[in-house]
Amino acid sequence: MIAFDNVAYSYGGAELLSEVSLRLTPGSFHFLTGPSGAGKSTFLKLCYAELLPTAGQVTIFDREVRSLDRDEVARMRRRVGVVHQDCQFLDHLPIAANVTLPLAVSGRDTGAQDLADLLGWVGLGHLADALPPSLSGGERQRAAVARAVITSPDIVLADEPTGNLDWEMSLRLLTLLVELNRMGKTILIATHDLNLIRTAKQQVAARVLRIKDRRIQLAGADL
Amino acid sequence: MTFRDILADLTTPDRHAARVVPPSGHTAWLTSFTAGAMTFLAVFALALSLASGRLADRWSEALARTATIRISAPADQQAAQTQAVLDLLATTPGIASARALTDEEQRALLEPWFGPDLPLDSLPVPRLVELTETGDGYDGEGLRQRLAAEAPGALLDDHTRWRQPLATAASRLRLLGTVSLLLILAAMAAMITLAANAALAANAQVIRVLRLVGARDVYIARAFVRRFTLRALGGAAAGTVAGMLGILLLPSADAAGGFLTGLGFQGAGWLLPLLLPPLAALVAFFATRLAAFRKLNELT
Repeated sequence: MIAFDNVAYSYGGAELLSEVSLRLTPGSFHFLTGPSGAGKSTFLKLCYAELLPTAGQVTIFDREVRSLDRDEVARMRRRVGVVHQDCQFLDHLPIAANVTLPLAVSGRDTGAQDLADLLGWVGLGHLADALPPSLSGGERQRAAVARAVITSPDIVLADEPTGNLDWEMSLRLLTLLVELNRMGKTILIATHDLNLIRTAKQQVAARVLRIKDRRIQLAGADL
Repeated sequence: MTFRDILADLTTPDRHAARVVPPSGHTAWLTSFTAGAMTFLAVFALALSLASGRLADRWSEALARTATIRISAPADQQAAQTQAVLDLLATTPGIASARALTDEEQRALLEPWFGPDLPLDSLPVPRLVELTETGDGYDGEGLRQRLAAEAPGALLDDHTRWRQPLATAASRLRLLGTVSLLLILAAMAAMITLAANAALAANAQVIRVLRLVGARDVYIARAFVRRFTLRALGGAAAGTVAGMLGILLLPSADAAGGFLTGLGFQGAGWLLPLLLPPLAALVAFFATRLAAFRKLNELT
């Protein structure tokens, strides 16, 4: 589904990732850990072609990303739900419109009840008409999760999705992602929350990847 | 992109696409004002161009349908040669009328150069015969040969040397009018492009988010293009109405009988300025579309 072949990414002369080769197979569940600045966000951005590798090949849905034209990149992104670390909302639109944005840009509609159910599930039912700047960090993150999954994407990529959430909400989010995984979706979560990883491993066969010295390796049994 | 695609882009009420771009402040006003001001000027350029063309045509046509015969003969032969010329003209096909100018008329012609008390009798001033041709015209070369035979002092001046500069001036005036219109439209396109670029730069984050959630370039561009095109259309419509009112309210200059008489539109010509708002909208459509896609191409 997503394949990295000897991928490197450099920025400003400094190499952030080097010799990365891995496969995210359909239906797999991965965590990505590493210290701040190690390149977790960069790796995720390579996964949905916001960044292009400076060396090697990234293949998404059997297409090398450099071979995709702009429309194909857009269509590819409709199959990938992303929870961005900084949420990336349109601040002039209410939360409901932000959450349904991936559907709107692809010309699809969502039932009002489905939207209400989803917002209710992430605990934002009462904030559907609120503007993003008026929400707390945790509320924004939950809205970002709702937006990432509203299209029922093939892959969900989440960059520190529980960074601003309390433990209870983190577990609810984890439960949602595990459920999506059981439905066959591929999940990749970048996080430094080891408790979340340990809890998840009790529910699902998750692999843990660690970025160390610009390379990605399978984490050991310490996790 | 066909005209139908353009119409669909502008008329299909994609309310969500329109809403994803935040309401803008000064750029909205700037676009409408620019389109209005430029279209106002375009109305006057169009009116001036049409009026100049009409006037030059009128002059040219008037001169083309008249000619002058100058009779330079000794004083004792002048009356006889004048009569011979008039008789000859009366039998020449293509001549509608011919008459010799009176002394008073000739004095009036020379008055600007020699003053009012010109002693015409004591000066060797040639006699002038003015002729008007029919619609079919006459054979100029044949007439010259007959004049040479029957009135050796008569010389035909068919105004060619006057007509040619006027015809040239007419084409130059039309060209200037067209160039003015094109410059106005180009300036409007440039200003709208600047405003669109400003709006696109101000909304760079919006564009980035839309790309991240899977919006195609055409979806994002449409939101900007539609907005700017409709603003330009509205501004241009107001500018056109103001310009036409300005032309309509120009004081009549019939008394002067000169250039100002023809300034404005005549008959179906009043419909021509109505083409300016859709033209301005088209200019805005393509200017914004070009700017939007150029900007979008800078993003991954």
